Amino acid sequence: MNLGIHPLVLVTFFPLVGFLAILFIPGQRKTAIRWTALVTSLLNFAISLWVLAKFDRADAGIQLALRTPWLRLPGITIDFFLGLDGMSLLLVLLTAFLTPVTILSTWSAVEEKVKGFMLFFLLLEVGMTGVFLALDLVLFYIFWEFTLIPMYFLIGVWGGERRIYAAVKVFLFTMFGSLLMLLAILYIGFTAGSFAWQDLLASRELFASMQLWLFLAFGLAFAIKVPMFPLHTWLPDAHVEAPTAGSVILAGVLLKMGAYGFLRFNLPLFPQAAVQAAPWMAMLAVIGILYGAAVALAQKDVKKLVAYSSVSHLGFVMLGIFALTMQGISGGVLQMINHGLSTGALFLIVGMLYERRHTREMSAFGGIWKVMPVFAALTLIVTLSSMGLPGLNGFIGEFTILLGAFSSPVLNTPWFAGLATAGVILAAVYLLVMFEKVFLGPVKVEANRLLKDLSAREIITLLPILILIFWIGLYPQPFFELINPSVERLVALVQNAAMAVH
Amino acid sequence: MTQADFYSILPIIVLAGWALLLLAVDLWIPKERKSLTALLAAVGLAVSLGLTLAQGGTSALTFGGLIMLDGFAVYLNVIFLVSGLIAVALGYDYLKRMGMERGEYYVMMLFSISGMMLITQAYNLLVVFLALETLSIPLYVLAGFAHPKLESQEAALKYFLLGAFSSAFVLYGIALIFGATATVGLDGILAALQGGTANPVLFSAGAALMLVGFGFKVAAVPFHKWAPDVYQGSPSPVSGFMSVAVKAAGFAVLLRIFLTAFPGLAASLAPAVWVIAALTMIVGNVMAIIQSNIKRLLAYSSIAHAGYMLMAFVPYGSEQNAGQSVAAMVFYLIAYGLTTFGAWAVVVSLEQAEGKGLTLDDYAGLGPKYPWLGVAMTVFMLSLTGVPLTLGFWGKFYLFKTAVDAGYAGLALVGLITSLVSAYYYLRVVVMMFMRSGDPRVRRDGWLSLVALGAALAVVALSVVPGRLLEAAANAVLRLQ
Repeated sequence: MNLGIHPLVLVTFFPLVGFLAILFIPGQRKTAIRWTALVTSLLNFAISLWVLAKFDRADAGIQLALRTPWLRLPGITIDFFLGLDGMSLLLVLLTAFLTPVTILSTWSAVEEKVKGFMLFFLLLEVGMTGVFLALDLVLFYIFWEFTLIPMYFLIGVWGGERRIYAAVKVFLFTMFGSLLMLLAILYIGFTAGSFAWQDLLASRELFASMQLWLFLAFGLAFAIKVPMFPLHTWLPDAHVEAPTAGSVILAGVLLKMGAYGFLRFNLPLFPQAAVQAAPWMAMLAVIGILYGAAVALAQKDVKKLVAYSSVSHLGFVMLGIFALTMQGISGGVLQMINHGLSTGALFLIVGMLYERRHTREMSAFGGIWKVMPVFAALTLIVTLSSMGLPGLNGFIGEFTILLGAFSSPVLNTPWFAGLATAGVILAAVYLLVMFEKVFLGPVKVEANRLLKDLSAREIITLLPILILIFWIGLYPQPFFELINPSVERLVALVQNAAMAVH
Repeated sequence: MTQADFYSILPIIVLAGWALLLLAVDLWIPKERKSLTALLAAVGLAVSLGLTLAQGGTSALTFGGLIMLDGFAVYLNVIFLVSGLIAVALGYDYLKRMGMERGEYYVMMLFSISGMMLITQAYNLLVVFLALETLSIPLYVLAGFAHPKLESQEAALKYFLLGAFSSAFVLYGIALIFGATATVGLDGILAALQGGTANPVLFSAGAALMLVGFGFKVAAVPFHKWAPDVYQGSPSPVSGFMSVAVKAAGFAVLLRIFLTAFPGLAASLAPAVWVIAALTMIVGNVMAIIQSNIKRLLAYSSIAHAGYMLMAFVPYGSEQNAGQSVAAMVFYLIAYGLTTFGAWAVVVSLEQAEGKGLTLDDYAGLGPKYPWLGVAMTVFMLSLTGVPLTLGFWGKFYLFKTAVDAGYAGLALVGLITSLVSAYYYLRVVVMMFMRSGDPRVRRDGWLSLVALGAALAVVALSVVPGRLLEAAANAVLRLQ
């Protein structure tokens, strides 16, 4: 299958093939456009599996690297530098997996301007995959900023009532963070003479004196994206106004770019600063967990509830990362995948409800189980997975994170993990309340009696996610095998730095 | 005049001569066939462009030290000539439908460009002044080209008064420098400065006055007040030409004089230029937010972009950074010029008679109705914001890199924050085009579409492979004695 093209180039830019094809299909041939987009994204998923097959699990370093000089500026060269390790591979797989699922979900949800929608969606896939593969700081920045453009249009054109407000807010918030990151990138490039990740890893002493500031500049960009409390305010607006597909990909992949940024750049490049900042970051993470959960409890709109639950769940990921232990970080990476699956599925479910009733108020539903039994059963599984029920994926991730946070020498207190555990309980409360209000009890509203259960297409949309939910829940070993070598390396690096601090 | 002398200004001679000839020939071209004048003007520009390109790689000081031909001059002359070609394309249909199709438009354009080319090559302050007037006076005429429209007349008068004012500043500065050094040749000034024979007070005052004068030309704050009114009142193709070519000429002469003759002043000027650059970025971007007229919005945006370029100008005196300053600024001129001309082409397409079609509301619904034009305008707005995968990103990246490398991270921070502000108003245009519904009327003209789509394509494609362009900018070195 090797066509003389580097596998990572192929997996990043293949969606452009579909992009070009759709460009030449007239806008009114919606079915053809949808199928082209779907087939493209499925082929891209196949390519990502091919990359997985080429990946050597035992090797903790960067693999399949491709590095060619791109631009020469005075004193420095910007490289076109792609490469991956276990963490990035998993996130690339997640991206390639969620994109076709999401495209399938738009079959009936997006009826207007289908062509533009699919064009932006495929561009978004290119940008997201590039973020996870780029190892040159400037190239990373380019992909990072580029993802904003399609997301901006997806929310602004196909979104809900306050879509323009939400779209502009997303753009400005994210750009604010990334501009400071750009300044930090330029500073690093100036002091270290390179933008390539591996060179910087070797020569990080050169900018060690400024590392707390650099950590903060990078951290701000990533923390906004994650989003961490108190920088999360753009997220509920974006989620509520975005079309279903936008929410799924936003929660599923885009937020992960922030957490990935911490793992790829903040921890290895500024390890001492990371150790110093860890308690503070963990504190913000725990506040985010509790705050997100508390606000979710108060929501009447299902989509808002899921949006705030995202804030809470991403708090777990951040807590795991800044525990700076083996378990914490690998749990965090797995939880990134879990959140992508569970919350992605929840947004799909909210979308399916909305398509039928054109409202997301919980009070408009009730007793849906009787009308739509298949839908209700699938939703129950997803809800339980999001809650962290043992045997499903959420449990594995959260449990590993809490273990890591309890035993963390850097955090050095059980309080973080202890308080975070309360977040698990709160999650059970708000998710079960939501499930009860929507699905259980008698059918209160007349309009709900006639609702049609899931179509075959909708079941096919949800099924792959459910399979993964069970797979990770029952047998997470293959996933950990993929994550662990890279995480081990990262933790060793940070722990050396921690010794230097103490 | 030796052969080398002649060769060094051949493109200017051809262009100015052609303009004189065209002025006479135009008398015999009937009123309904003025497109012939446009064609002839374009031919003149193209011939001059060819001759300029043939000069590439040569470097010579001619006319006994009056004229300099170097990579820098060639690079900028190419910018001016291409700007001229684009301005002809923008004006071709516009003049016709606005009922002001007169051959003088093209002739004045050619005269102005020959002035710009001369100012870039001037190696003597008197030649600088001569060229400054040659480039300015035709522009005063062009600004008022839409007479008897009041707005246009107002623009012409304002531009003339403030232009004369700024010329006076430059002239007074030249006088003081002559007083301090007893010479107006750039190398003589440098020698006097290095030899310690220059009167430092007179000299610094003279340099500061010249900075103010050129500050007017590039519309840097606080010398920017004329720009929004003049851009709004002038015919749109002229505004586009002014916002690209005149600005480029202003920066060209600034770099030429200050790098060649005043490198020693850099340290004492740096705080002043720092403040001007910061103010220009802040005021330009903040004022643009409240504009509802697209021409005024682009005017303030062009002020802001002058600020970004000045940011790279601050460290011009240091030996390590001077080369990068020049390269970053001239690279930015291309990125900014392509983007701005593209945006003005869209403005010209939407402008209707009687000054209609110029508010942001008139752009509502442009995206769905004319997808290509909408996409092109989106590309320009993103490029002006500096979002990746547009040439504007690399332009800003290079400017910011220059500032950070020279130790001006604080100024770069101002630039970055104001870029965020600019995202707000550039996005407003995109919001209008794609997220609000409306029924815009667009003038379909092949030349306009060519400029808009060609520029959009170039802005995106060159951002993927900017290597050659960066190389060209790096080769656009100023020859120093």
